[in-house]
Amino acid sequence: MNIGEELINYETVSLEEVNTWFKVASIEDFPENGGACAVYRGLQIAIFNFSRRNEWYATQNLCPHKQQMILARGIIGSQKNEPKVACPYHKKAFSLKSGKNLNGNECDLATYPVKVESGYVYVGFKE
Amino acid sequence: MKKVVVVGNGMVGYKFCEKLRSKASSDKIELVVFGEEPIPAYDRVHLSEYFSERSSEKLSMAPKNWYMENDVTLHTGELVTSIDRENKKVITHHGHEELYDKLVLATGSSALVPPITGVDKAGVFVYRTIEDLDNIISYGKNVKSAAVLGGGLLGLEAGKALMDMGLETHIIEFAPRLMPRQLDDHGSATLRQTLESLGLQIHLNKNTKEIRGNGKLERLAFNDGGNLEVDMLVISCGIVPRDEMATTCGLNTGPRGGVIVDNQLLTNDPDIYAIGEVALYNNMIYGLVAPGYDMADVVVNQLADGGKKEFKGCDMSTKLKLIGVDVGSFGDALGETPEAKTIVFEDEQQGIYKRINLSADGKRLLGGILVGDASQYNMLWQIMDNELALPPAPEELILGSRGDAGSDALGPLPDSAQVCSCENITKGDIVNAIKEGNLENVGQVKSCTKAGTGCGACSPMVADILNDTLKSMGKVVRKVLCEHFDYTRQELYDLIKIKNIKSYEDLLNTYGSGDGCEICKPAVASLMASIWNDLVTKQDTIQDTNDRYLANIQKGGSYSVVPRVPGGEITPDKLIVLGEVAKKYNLYSKITGGQRIDLFGAALEDLPKIWEELIDAGFESGHAYGKALRTVKSCVGSTWCRFGLHDSVSFAVEVENRYRGLRAPHKLKGAVSGCRRECAEAQSKDFGIIATELGWNLYVCGNGGANPQHAQLLAGDIDSETCIKYLDRFLIYYIRTAEPLNRTATWLNKMEGGLNHLKSVIIDDTLGICDELENDMQYMVDTYKCEWKEVVNDPKLRSKFSHFINSETGDPTQKFEEIRGQKIPAAW
Ligand code: SRM
Ligand SMILES: Cc1cc2nc3c(=O)[nH]c(=O)nc-3n(C[C@H](O)[C@H](O)[C@H](O)COP(=O)(O)OP(=O)(O)OC[C@H]3O[C@@H](n4cnc5c(N)ncnc54)[C@H](O)[C@@H]3O)c2cc1C
Ligand code: SF4
Ligand code: FES
Repeated sequence: MNIGEELINYETVSLEEVNTWFKVASIEDFPENGGACAVYRGLQIAIFNFSRRNEWYATQNLCPHKQQMILARGIIGSQKNEPKVACPYHKKAFSLKSGKNLNGNECDLATYPVKVESGYVYVGFKE
Repeated sequence: MKKVVVVGNGMVGYKFCEKLRSKASSDKIELVVFGEEPIPAYDRVHLSEYFSERSSEKLSMAPKNWYMENDVTLHTGELVTSIDRENKKVITHHGHEELYDKLVLATGSSALVPPITGVDKAGVFVYRTIEDLDNIISYGKNVKSAAVLGGGLLGLEAGKALMDMGLETHIIEFAPRLMPRQLDDHGSATLRQTLESLGLQIHLNKNTKEIRGNGKLERLAFNDGGNLEVDMLVISCGIVPRDEMATTCGLNTGPRGGVIVDNQLLTNDPDIYAIGEVALYNNMIYGLVAPGYDMADVVVNQLADGGKKEFKGCDMSTKLKLIGVDVGSFGDALGETPEAKTIVFEDEQQGIYKRINLSADGKRLLGGILVGDASQYNMLWQIMDNELALPPAPEELILGSRGDAGSDALGPLPDSAQVCSCENITKGDIVNAIKEGNLENVGQVKSCTKAGTGCGACSPMVADILNDTLKSMGKVVRKVLCEHFDYTRQELYDLIKIKNIKSYEDLLNTYGSGDGCEICKPAVASLMASIWNDLVTKQDTIQDTNDRYLANIQKGGSYSVVPRVPGGEITPDKLIVLGEVAKKYNLYSKITGGQRIDLFGAALEDLPKIWEELIDAGFESGHAYGKALRTVKSCVGSTWCRFGLHDSVSFAVEVENRYRGLRAPHKLKGAVSGCRRECAEAQSKDFGIIATELGWNLYVCGNGGANPQHAQLLAGDIDSETCIKYLDRFLIYYIRTAEPLNRTATWLNKMEGGLNHLKSVIIDDTLGICDELENDMQYMVDTYKCEWKEVVNDPKLRSKFSHFINSETGDPTQKFEEIRGQKIPAAW
């Protein structure tokens, strides 16, 4: 599979647009205050367990700066209360809420809805 | 409304536009600019950086849309071919005609090409424009050697650039010395020696007669009958003002070129000015950018403010940049003022030569030369320029770095002192900007005042002025970690230790705010590791990715594996294991600069398996991924070497094993050499040990890397035990007090009292903490564990090493290519 194609495939999904809730793994499999990468139909999604805020987020796993499949391994945190993830490679930071690049002009991340039900984590897709 | 036309969009032409627009908007003055080059003005002074950066954008003075936003009509790639003074218009090579009320010639100069037979052969270049550099770079790719004609300022810069391209490089100078206008014989000899040790080959007293070769350059023939075989030639013999249009339209020019101007920069036509390198003022072409900017300022003053500022000539002081050796020359460098007195300092071993020239009464500084160490350049220049009184013993000004004579001498600097000569900014301007704008860092000062944005030579002084001003305003510059912790690293160190805090979450809840970030998380992780020596993988999500996965991440998302090889000593059996593991997991193998072996390109999920095999063979983690002890390099020492005084390998192994795994504010490196020939390069390390007849010399706070610095002697002729004791104290003191990501060299540079303070703490125990420091270190030594061993033996930790949470496979997007029979990651 070509990395370039995947970038095109990443497209933000809003809660209303969700047609499929993909069951990823149980809560315990995720590190606390950190991320893990899931694959759904070849698409790599970074899922973040922001346990400190009791929030879950999902974004594309690909860092748009140098097209690296890496964001799930980034450090998460906040900037003036905006939750964010910093890419391990060059520390570009992205909002976990909106996907916006917070400190540069790289393109933004696609984001996906996450829900937690009876101990399992699901990510929402259009199809 | 007036219409001003500028011919030439170089550094000075651009500066003119910038200054004019800051005084007069487009409803007052219409501004039209013609530039022959295809791109808008760029920074020629830093042209050589193009070799490493290859980006004309980086060099750009202002992007194209600056001209649009400021209503400046810019025609690039358009050469003005004539001036019709009667009808007040210029005509370009496109036939385009433009009327003017006032005309400004800023056409600069071109490289002087001497009339040597054969200069037209392929392989002969000049060094002036980005286009020239593009040509040099592409030709240089296919050849092996190069020569530069001219050993002046620019020639040497060009020579260094060619050498960095990997070419065997020669400098050919007609005069008996290098930089003949700036240096005396001694200065030149010192410079020559250093340049030769860098690899440049220098030929003085050489008059080039002919450039020979069949169509392309093959050899240079000299008047003395000698020859030099070389593949390419860069000519750097001086400049010729571009006054061709001026001559044809009847403007007065000098016998050796240049448009003659008065102190208003007016030519003999009252509507035509000339500025920059094309202007001949007082029989002089100023081949520097600062005088050109001054000229621009004088003309803007007349055109926009109706003022009467005058150009009064300019200082020709220069500092050579980029070539790996400091050279400065200022004022009356050669001591040509009648009865000037000279003070000279020379250190042949370190390649330092300094000379200052004083007035006959010994009261004023006239000028001087600095080779090998130009750190006092700004200070001396200020003393000269402001005619400051000299200290009672003026030789202090150039004697090595004894205490901080530099900043003391700067104290009385008047507010009117010019700090940035490129932008003509005074100390007063900077101090005011800091106070009024509440500026807090050098970046802000640069963007508000423009100081330091030209040649950059004044940047260190700008930083000093900033610090002094902040201090004088009573602002304690507290380096707090980030928005989540209002504490310095040292304060957090104490809090963690005294309050016995073991987790990041606890610390954040008690002393922080918000949710943390990529700055404070790894910093706190490092502190906790330094204090408790707990396994870093216990709090894996606060670690930088390298520490989180105990391996260095590479392009493409694979990781590298670097086992510890203490002192660089390794058995054949262990070498074989490394080879076998590398082969089995298809890893790229390379000998590192740290005397060990790096295996690159491991998949995340393979790391525990690889380490399991290595640990079975007796290897341990090398902590190449951590801000931790890296390597203690060794030379072979007295066991084998005929010069060796002591067994440097055994000592290096002992020291490396003692401090292995030790986490610090930044990485730590050491080395042990068996004699002062210093084959282990100990003086470039955070700590370096060199054998003496009587014991060991212990050096500390050296650095390679981006800002190399030699280590300094902490204690001499000590025995092994004392050496370890001092090292224990030194390392813990550094770990306790340095800012995050400061190497030991930076830490020492910032330390008040410098090396003397450090000695008093470590050797004389003036703070009474040495016992504590030693105990802390002993705790670290006693609690050391190989973190890879812990992971390999713990299935839960092992399971963290996988790319997907919902699949066993590795990252399918990782791609590799091949190079010389091994794999490398695909380019990104
Ligand atoms: C592998 C090696 C180059 C090689 O092929 O030889 C290397 C590779 C890296 N160096 Fe280095 N350095 C290596 C020896 C050096 C040396 C030479 C030495 O140690 O004698 C230096 C200069 C000495 C010094 O540090 O003072 C050196 C100065 C740097 C610096 C600049 C540090 C500075 O103070 O300016 C960095 C950047 C940093 O650490 O912030 C750096 C950073 C790096 C990193 C870690 C960059 C990164 O974060 O990805 C490289 C990754 C290695 C990897 O992925 O495994 N490396 N690096 C060498 C590994 C030595 C080892 O066995 O551990
Ligand atoms: C490699 C190098 C390193 C240097 N290092 C230093 C240094 O460290 N410190 C220092 O002070 N100085 C240094 N200089 C010198 C400095 O770059 C010059 O003093 C400065 O660029 C002069 O500016 P200028 O605008 O007068 O001329 P230029 O920058 O040469 O600009 C003139 C422009 O006018 C154009 N032009 C000419 N004729 C016409 C025409 N008829 N129609 C249209 N356009 C025309 C030219 O193409 C050119 O773009 C260095 C120069 C070089 C080449
Ligand atoms: S530093 Fe001295 S002892 Fe060590 S290898 Fe070099 S010459 Fe021999
Ligand atoms: S690849 Fe993510 S910041 Fe560069």
